[in-house]
Amino acid sequence: MLDASDITFRVGDKALITDVSVSFAPGRLHLIIGPNGAGKSTLIKVLARLLRPQTGVVRYEGVDARHASEAELAKRRAVLSQAVEVAFPLTVREVVMMGRYPHFGSRPAPVDEKITDELMEFFDVTEFAERNYQTLSGGERQRVNFARVLAQLWRTDSPSHAQHGPPLAPASCRYLFLDEPLTFLDIRHQIEFMKKVRVFTDAPDVVTVGVVHDLNLAARFADQLVLMDGGRIVANGSAAEVLSAERIRDVFGVTPTFVPVEQSGVHLIFD
Amino acid sequence: MTKHFGTERALLAVLIFATLLVLAASVRYGAVDFSIPAIGRALVSLLPGRPEPTLEQRIFLELRLPRAVLCLLVGASLGVGGALMQALFQNPIVEPGLVGTSSGAAFGSALFFVLGGVFQIGASRWSLPLAACLGGILSTYLVFLLARSREDGRASIVLLLLTGLAVNALFMSAIGFLSYIARDPQARSITFWSLGTLSGANWRAVQIVAVSTVGGTLVALRYAKQLNALMIGEEEATYLGVNVNRLKWIILSVNVVIVAVATAFTGVISFVGLVVPHILRMLRGSDNRFLIVGSALVGAMLLSLADLIARLSLRPAELPIGIVTSAVGVPVFLFLLRRRRYVF
Repeated sequence: MLDASDITFRVGDKALITDVSVSFAPGRLHLIIGPNGAGKSTLIKVLARLLRPQTGVVRYEGVDARHASEAELAKRRAVLSQAVEVAFPLTVREVVMMGRYPHFGSRPAPVDEKITDELMEFFDVTEFAERNYQTLSGGERQRVNFARVLAQLWRTDSPSHAQHGPPLAPASCRYLFLDEPLTFLDIRHQIEFMKKVRVFTDAPDVVTVGVVHDLNLAARFADQLVLMDGGRIVANGSAAEVLSAERIRDVFGVTPTFVPVEQSGVHLIFD
Repeated sequence: MTKHFGTERALLAVLIFATLLVLAASVRYGAVDFSIPAIGRALVSLLPGRPEPTLEQRIFLELRLPRAVLCLLVGASLGVGGALMQALFQNPIVEPGLVGTSSGAAFGSALFFVLGGVFQIGASRWSLPLAACLGGILSTYLVFLLARSREDGRASIVLLLLTGLAVNALFMSAIGFLSYIARDPQARSITFWSLGTLSGANWRAVQIVAVSTVGGTLVALRYAKQLNALMIGEEEATYLGVNVNRLKWIILSVNVVIVAVATAFTGVISFVGLVVPHILRMLRGSDNRFLIVGSALVGAMLLSLADLIARLSLRPAELPIGIVTSAVGVPVFLFLLRRRRYVF
């Protein structure tokens, strides 16, 4: 369970988010949508504790995030960013293994090696495990980073991609944040990514909060949509509740047409 | 990375062996060559109950040997310093000589010699390294303060190099002034400070540099994994549990101490810290857990080779070692500058 209450984050005099209160439950996929400058990324960074808000509290299972140490938090909170550049040549395997850094001392344990291998397999990057990350395409890089981020949260005792396994105590929730991870991906990779996020979030102890731009993608995959505008949350609920024509017009300034689609209910087309 | 662990260890073993070979050559050849039996006899003369060493043996024990060992230590310091700076600033063309650390340290030590001569201060053996550290901190801090961009607090590489150039020039002119007014013979030689030389080596210098080199390298190794995380960016490193600000301060301090102490006894030796980590990255990737140890070894080996060249090329006179390292390092630096596509 992740709770944010009365969060305000300012840079100088400018409030990027104002009085935001929202909570996120494990096992559900939450996606934040909204126009540019709505404060989506800022909220993700505040939730992930990269940014400290001037007022308000973020609680992980009821515990104030300010009291957690960086090292402890890193074992159960991971963030996938838009794009990751590296300054030096690193192999794909080395990058994925970084996800295990919070879990081992100086040298990786066999379990860390195993998880790294599993996730490279899961994201289909095993074939270029020894290749230089810098030489990969944007889509390939993002797959590698996703593997790294999930390696950080992976638990061998409860394989998260399987939908069985005993539910864990709420105290051991894992938090996955997605900070516009689809930006540089083509449509096929976007959908593959969201499917993998969906699978991972089906684990009963995983809280997932992400930012995406594509409203159709958001509506299709999210259990809960959070619509932001001007640093505030303007709607919060299921896709059907949040995505009304009137609201989309108000917030995004475009007029949608709802086209019924067999698998996922409706599809939005914009003028 | 268990899969590579074997080759990593094998490579370190090869490097250690190569370094020992260079050390052997370095003690054997010079203005005077010592035969291997003569070296053996000189070392044996140190054992208790042996007769006093002869003049030749004393030359070996008190000049040649400390110089060779100091050279290893200084080379290791510069190699580790280069690896740390590059990791810290996520930039492959940074090194202690370029961002002002070395010239500041040289200024600190030159000032110490001059003031020590004038005011008769500085009795403790740690005063000189301390003065060098203060100078190194001052100049490094100055460079990063001036090169910091106002928008995001990060230093752009062009600004960093230009600021480094300016601060280097400033401290070198200050050293020039100090050399001009100095009475101390060491401080009087501006060549000593600006081009670097190991001709002043003695066992006391070896002891002090050994403490800072070994200590600094061990501290740096503790943070090697965190420095790796920094390679994917400060934000990502934070998400991996790294306290980035704390890491920066620790690594910058370690770097200033090891480079400044080495500089106090040898003057500014440029480009070793730039070239060494690159050689290792080409051999075995960017993992700092390996890179730091490897840079210490390759730095030691390369500087010893450079010193050997400096001593043998104009025998019995010698070149300042900085001429040799710059001659090799500058082309490498230019190559890197051309190859990397920086946004200016």
